Amino acid sequence: MTEPVLDIRNLKVDFVTRRGVAHVLDDVSFSVAAGELLAIVGESGCGKSMTALSILGLIPSPPGRIVGGSILFQGRDLTRLRQSELRRIRGGDIAMIFQEPMTSLNPVFTCGEQIAEAVRLHQKVSPRAALARAVEMLRAVGIPEPELRARAYPHQLSGGMRQRVMIAMALSCEPRLLIADEPTTALDVTVQAQIFALLDELRQKTGTAIILITHDMGAVAEMADKVAVMYAGRIIERGPADAVLDNPGHPYTRGLLASIPRIDADPDADLPEIPGIVPALTDLGRGCAFAPRCALAVPACNAAQPHHVAMSRDHSAACIRLQANEVSA
Amino acid sequence: MFKAILRQLLYVAALILAVLVLNFLLIQLAPGDPAEVIAGEMGGANAEVMAAIREQYGLDKPVLTQLALYLGRALQGDLGTSYFYNRPVAELILSRLGPTLLLVATALAFALIIGTRLGMLASRNPRGIASALVTVLSLVGYSAPVFWTGLMLVILFGATIPLFPIAGMIDVVKQGGPLGRALDIAHHLVLPALTLGLVYLAQYSRLTRAAMLEVLGADYIRTARAKGVSERQVFGRHAFRNALLPVVTVAGMQFGTIISGAVLVETVFSWPGLGTLAFQSILARDYPTVMGILFFSTLIVIIANLLTDFISRLLDPRLAGGR
Repeated sequence: MTEPVLDIRNLKVDFVTRRGVAHVLDDVSFSVAAGELLAIVGESGCGKSMTALSILGLIPSPPGRIVGGSILFQGRDLTRLRQSELRRIRGGDIAMIFQEPMTSLNPVFTCGEQIAEAVRLHQKVSPRAALARAVEMLRAVGIPEPELRARAYPHQLSGGMRQRVMIAMALSCEPRLLIADEPTTALDVTVQAQIFALLDELRQKTGTAIILITHDMGAVAEMADKVAVMYAGRIIERGPADAVLDNPGHPYTRGLLASIPRIDADPDADLPEIPGIVPALTDLGRGCAFAPRCALAVPACNAAQPHHVAMSRDHSAACIRLQANEVSA
Repeated sequence: MFKAILRQLLYVAALILAVLVLNFLLIQLAPGDPAEVIAGEMGGANAEVMAAIREQYGLDKPVLTQLALYLGRALQGDLGTSYFYNRPVAELILSRLGPTLLLVATALAFALIIGTRLGMLASRNPRGIASALVTVLSLVGYSAPVFWTGLMLVILFGATIPLFPIAGMIDVVKQGGPLGRALDIAHHLVLPALTLGLVYLAQYSRLTRAAMLEVLGADYIRTARAKGVSERQVFGRHAFRNALLPVVTVAGMQFGTIISGAVLVETVFSWPGLGTLAFQSILARDYPTVMGILFFSTLIVIIANLLTDFISRLLDPRLAGGR
């Protein structure tokens, strides 16, 4: 295994709200190596986007604050950097694309200007060279007539095109790590597939590590090397993609996988769902946060937070049932 | 594009015609008889003199005939002759237009530049001291009547700390070249422009603050931060350009109210502009002049709106049309 590009260890982020302190991220650890694609999956509000924003030092503060752990990027702890140092990394070595291509580009600047701005923030080049680079990037992400599109304003492009512009902008400074926060949520299914294919292709070409935050288990199965499943601010299962998908250890992961529609399933049968909703992060009990929704819960689940138990090499899950097996084994 | 401009121009022409007719009818409805006032000015008001005056100014003709005559002349650029000043109205107004435009433009520029800056400052920390100050300032500025603010400034800078002249536009005793003259006018301009500008400064700072707070929550601001743009640039470049749009629109629409504000301010500071002229001609029942001023201020508002439209298109590519 190569040296990881990003290594997050025991990251804790708190939000101080009127209703109390919310542990938005609790003990989050994972790593991703060059050329690797890590998928972070989970329901809305489980902390996926917050993980991404804390890597870039962009969690809204107040109320958010990193209260523990470390984010090692190429050996440097990002949690200890000053804003000015972080700014050099943002958009340079670590780039991010967001889930709303319709609103993620500034309406008063042309697409070319916005990409060129990113280039000039991180490389000492002339405005003309930066614009040339922008056109080159637009071509690289498969936008037809890139010279023309560089002069277009965002509102003149479709959603899929805008997301390509976002990707071009993110990749313009050849980042070592690309964070893609649900990059296809707002797009048509056919366009989704194109965007995923583009990301996959770029990863193989440039060796950029990718963190893909997604709901799309199909994309995970197809592209991801590793998966981290999040629930209520914690990673409850992680491991190689095949291992997690074929042999999920946590009841929540199993629920997520079961709720994917399958082409070979009985069309009249109801799609399985996980009952209930993600609990409010301000009133989590001492025990497993998933216990109230878990079909397999036992009273002991509420007593203490389950720790990660190894199921195979690199594959682990945090469930009390695995702990029981561990003891008996 | 060409078609759009043509349509706009036709629209403007129709508007001007409507304004001319409306102004004329409005004045006809107002009580008071100009012949009486003119005769009074001349020193004797007997029936014979009044009849002569009515005939001379065409006041004895039916209203509709008067309207037709007025429109016909107005379209040729002749707005009639002032009863009071005995000069062509158009000439009279043009001689007063400069000072008013100077006053209004200065006040507006002051309000826009300082107001948007203050609003931006306040948006940096919406619960901070700067923000609270802007809120208080805009509340005071907005609720204080223009003439009151003017009088307070006159007392403060005319009597207590005599820094600025409190009346007129030029000092006749002062000598000097064109530069000295310009400086003298600028010196006289300070208080009236400040008085007129404060009201709008209050509004624009408040508006900018609100617009900035909304824009700062937008996704593209997060994008800007994620690509490493400094906070300064996030505020000054990415957010401000977008927050400026509603401010420009409102400022353009308010041009009319600024001109009516100028009437009060000019009266307080004896500024030799359209405002004082309007005030005097209303008192003197100088109808041609009053109608002329109404017409000109409408024209200014129309031009201001066209300009606003143009500037908005420059600022917001989404309005510019295109593909």
